[in-house]
Amino acid sequence: MTEHRVATGDDLLHDKTRLAILLFIASEAIFFACLIAAYVRYASASPLGPNAHTVLDPLKTGFYTACLLSSSITIYLAERAQRLHQAGLSRWLAGTMLLGLVFLYGEMQEYRKLLHENVTVSRNLFGSTYYTLTGFHALHVTVGLVLLGTMLVISIKRKLFKPQQSALTCISYYWHFVDAVWVAVFSVVYLWSAQ
Amino acid sequence: MSEISVLPLPMRELAEFEEKGTILSWLSSCDHKQIGIMYLLTAVAFFIVGGCEALFMRIQLAIPNNHFLKPETYDQLFTMHGTTMIFLVIVPALLGLSMYLVPLMIGARDVAFPRLNALGFWLLLFGGIFLYTSIFFGNAPDMGWFSYAPLSEKPYSSLPGVDFWALGLFSIGIGTVASGINIIVTILTLRAPGMKMKRLPLFAWMTFVNSFLIVFALPALNAALAMLLIDRGLHARFFTPDAGGSPVMWQHFFWSFGHPEVYIMVLPAFGIISEVVPVFSRQPIFGYGFVAASTVAIALLSFAVWAHHMFAVGLGHSMDIFFALGSMLIAVPTGIKVFNWVFTMWHGAIRYTTAMKFAAAFLIEFTIGGLSGVIFAVVPMDWQLTDTYVIVAHIHYVLFGGTMFALFAGTYYWWPKMTGRLLSERLGTWHFWTTVIGFNATFFVQHMLGFAGMTRRVWTYPDLPHWGLLNMISTVGAFVLAGSTVFLFWNMLWSGKHGRTAGANPWEAWTLEWATSSPPPLYNFAEVPPVHGPRPLWDLEHPDEQDRFLNK
Repeated sequence: MTEHRVATGDDLLHDKTRLAILLFIASEAIFFACLIAAYVRYASASPLGPNAHTVLDPLKTGFYTACLLSSSITIYLAERAQRLHQAGLSRWLAGTMLLGLVFLYGEMQEYRKLLHENVTVSRNLFGSTYYTLTGFHALHVTVGLVLLGTMLVISIKRKLFKPQQSALTCISYYWHFVDAVWVAVFSVVYLWSAQ
Repeated sequence: MSEISVLPLPMRELAEFEEKGTILSWLSSCDHKQIGIMYLLTAVAFFIVGGCEALFMRIQLAIPNNHFLKPETYDQLFTMHGTTMIFLVIVPALLGLSMYLVPLMIGARDVAFPRLNALGFWLLLFGGIFLYTSIFFGNAPDMGWFSYAPLSEKPYSSLPGVDFWALGLFSIGIGTVASGINIIVTILTLRAPGMKMKRLPLFAWMTFVNSFLIVFALPALNAALAMLLIDRGLHARFFTPDAGGSPVMWQHFFWSFGHPEVYIMVLPAFGIISEVVPVFSRQPIFGYGFVAASTVAIALLSFAVWAHHMFAVGLGHSMDIFFALGSMLIAVPTGIKVFNWVFTMWHGAIRYTTAMKFAAAFLIEFTIGGLSGVIFAVVPMDWQLTDTYVIVAHIHYVLFGGTMFALFAGTYYWWPKMTGRLLSERLGTWHFWTTVIGFNATFFVQHMLGFAGMTRRVWTYPDLPHWGLLNMISTVGAFVLAGSTVFLFWNMLWSGKHGRTAGANPWEAWTLEWATSSPPPLYNFAEVPPVHGPRPLWDLEHPDEQDRFLNK
């Protein structure tokens, strides 16, 4: 009823769902840019006590990073299966969720280890910025998992609902974004370390 | 494509439309017009609250060494006044107008995402109510509307007021971003056939650009609020200096949101003026392209001027010079607009309606506010005058003399469209003159007080020469200004009973919202007129002399 102008194929400027999700992502990108800026600003000030160099393990987290990044591939395959009306949508969605869960598990392990070493939000600026940045990212991964789970249920109960291509496209854009944020976070927090 | 595009509209849905009108239909509404009106009612309610807060402050400041209010109460009043007027009056009023008008102006049935629209509104209203519930939990926030650290941190503000402030604004911020996204997508995807971007009404252009500012600026505030809340709740160290945290970081984050926010509060007002001035000058806008393009320039520049709020911090010469130049530069596209509006009036057959009077007064008051803004871009001047009453006068000339005057112009202009009845021009004239006199009496003298050294946010002052007199003038002016709004509300009530029926197009205006009945039906248009240029209704009524220069 609200739409009297039908979306014409790949024309982004007429595709309201894709436009909206891209604008939302742009807005979110600024949010994360601010958190990363805070991390960089305070890491350069080299606070006393533990810092990224002394307490983080880039190798272990590198493995979980690889899991999260490969989930970008699985969600692409899910999207393609849906677009080409092929089998495998549910399978690829489940695979994406599994990889996301493995990543969250890895992050949980890391938090547990750090808390055990008494690296907390209030310990020093590294703790404050590290937990805020990775915590907000984990929150976004969790939201993504809820969205993927909803989509998975819809794709299994095909008789009840019809999975919407546009919804899946939105979720995949969002998921790619969450991955891209992690690439930035991993590079800045784990690979780069200020003197 | 046929000349007139008929939108498909099943009869069954049409019948459902007629059932609207109960309270529940408002609470559950996804209609852009109902949501727009709810935004406007929210703004009116908070305007009364914020206005009363201002009056209490003016009573306290009326005479030297006054003890009418306690200092703590005064701190809460100015914090709540600023926060309310910015986040709960001006922004929702402009969003409400945008939500109501943009789909009508572009010939659409609704916004792109009607349910997201409702979500945005309710998040904003909830955030506002949440902010005010702080009164029942100890204290209202009392650290000023920009909440500078470390004053906003636990050691200095142990009561929960700051937490209410941060969480309330978080909710408002998310709702506002949702509305911004909605407006951009609506304008990009739902324009009627023929409504190219070059033919978009200027109000729609300004809200379009404005929405980008919302989408890109609000997340900086939300990030800063998140850090502040983590500082306060989990004892993090972001903005507390004792552990290496930097209060200046808060200022950077806040103003990198805060300065675009200033333009978020003024660009749609420019849009209102760009609609009202041509219609009542009976001439098309002078330099349509320049008005639209200068808006884009303002929006881009507004992201590179934030540190002019921070000259007193001591950022260093190169930073100061960069931000001083950027701030002066932004006066250029703004000045272009003022010239455009003046030249639109030039040789026009001006109709002195109340809307036009407010638009003309806007030009003068806003220019005064703009000029005092350029003064503040000069760093040594800023060092001398920052945090004095000159800055209070400046912001009120821009936001009241600018945005509120534009909103009053827009009220008189679009009220007939929204209600179907005209407002009284006689009461409107009373409203206009009392507003102009009250406003200038309140705020013009504050320039002098600021130059004389009176600092803002101090609850009372010693009996220095002339201070008592100037403050008394300001207080009397504030009460005249408060009285002036009584004329407006009286006018609205009067119009509901006795107002003349407006008809579809009482002002002989040219944009599409005037092509449908007043108030518009729920589906907006049964059929959208053909659009060949920026003034479709002019073209429709004057088929022989269509806009030759505008229609390309």
